[in-house]
Amino acid sequence: MEVKQITVTVNGEPRIVEVEPRILCVHMIREILGLTGTHLGCDTTSCGACTVLLDGVPVKSCTLFGVQTDGHELTTVEGLGWPSELHPVQEGFKEEHGLQCGFCTPGMMLTSAALLEDNPDPSEEDIRWAISGNLCRCTGYQNIIKSVQWAAKKMAAERTAATA
Amino acid sequence: MYPPRFHYEAPSSIEEALQLLSVYQGEAKVLSGGMSLIPLMKLRFASPGAIIDVNNLPGLDGLWEESGQLRVGALVRNRDIIRSEVVRARYPLMTSVAPQIADPLVRGRSTLVGSLCHCDPQGDWGAVMLAMNGEVVARSVAGERRIRVADFLLGPFQTSLRPDELAVEARVPAPTGQPFGVYHKLERKVGDFATVGVAVFLELSGRSVARAGIGLCGVGPTNVKCVEAEQALVAGGLEDRVVEDVARLAAEAGKPQTDQRGSAEYKRHLVHTFLVRALQTAMGREPIDIRQRRFERVNALV
Repeated sequence: MEVKQITVTVNGEPRIVEVEPRILCVHMIREILGLTGTHLGCDTTSCGACTVLLDGVPVKSCTLFGVQTDGHELTTVEGLGWPSELHPVQEGFKEEHGLQCGFCTPGMMLTSAALLEDNPDPSEEDIRWAISGNLCRCTGYQNIIKSVQWAAKKMAAERTAATA
Repeated sequence: MYPPRFHYEAPSSIEEALQLLSVYQGEAKVLSGGMSLIPLMKLRFASPGAIIDVNNLPGLDGLWEESGQLRVGALVRNRDIIRSEVVRARYPLMTSVAPQIADPLVRGRSTLVGSLCHCDPQGDWGAVMLAMNGEVVARSVAGERRIRVADFLLGPFQTSLRPDELAVEARVPAPTGQPFGVYHKLERKVGDFATVGVAVFLELSGRSVARAGIGLCGVGPTNVKCVEAEQALVAGGLEDRVVEDVARLAAEAGKPQTDQRGSAEYKRHLVHTFLVRALQTAMGREPIDIRQRRFERVNALV
């Protein structure tokens, strides 16, 4: 069995992982790294529940081999924030009821966080466009949009406060 | 599911990659974006004995104009194309198609060159590159060659790339006249393959058409270039009676199959409709097209 040793920075911490090349990044994250916030939804690269950030860019971790992350930075939902220090996007999903079952939510939040890095003042159309690779079966997306808008406002206020 | 075992190679130079390809020949598949290959491997429709991951190769992510051509490196992602100033300024057909491929997450990894090499009959870039008379640059230990896209796309998932060759770049001619381009694609839902895709590229001078390119996807064993329709457009210019002829010729150029996305007749009708809409837009009229209107409103960075 051919096993590769890779070094990947996961949520800011360098990790050395031994993994077979055929193991998908999502399985490496869940089963080897023990980070189960990233979910498997479809098996057909359709749903986006497995979304993580690779060097800050949202990708479907089910369509990447774990070995491909060697030398790169991976951010999972666990790296976004913690109950003691929530990311504004996580706060927004809390305030605006952006989830029901929560299965799509980690992916939605990571995609949204990346959007707000790029485009701090997105229109509703921009938000809908950016999350169009993340499917939700529960909410009808209404409150997801509101959650992202809440986060955008909070982050703008924080930026203004910081420069004041 | 995940794939059966394979040897994994991650060369760090192009020379190393070419050596590996000449050793592995048909046993190895090149992995760049992986957005087509990995899904096939997960479903076990493809089981290559070896994977050559080219994502670490230097110098393949360039996107620039030089000597009258736009040069697109093999590792230029669709996301990069969407964000490119030079593409937005001078390559309207590419600006139109890039945001319509799959979804934002897939666009972050998928590549133009990879799409051509994968050669899916429903590939969007194939239709566009046929319309724009593009070419592919392939390298091997034996040297380098340039292949016109029309000679590159042979059949379903079959290109004229040799097993020891690596496609390193795609090129399109830089516009000389006033370029127009639009890609119309019908999909059943976001991220779906095209039911039908129509790429229209024109170089205009007033109403007269100096160059015309029309490429289709979803209507045959591989992408189709509508040569007769192109010729009719150049001969006749942008006039209403010419539009009808061109649309008819384009619809007849494809050989669509009836499948879950629609009947052959419906797909031919779509080609006709999209051609008419594209040419109406080129003529300065704005036909109602909900999808195109959406693109105007969105600040698409992904």
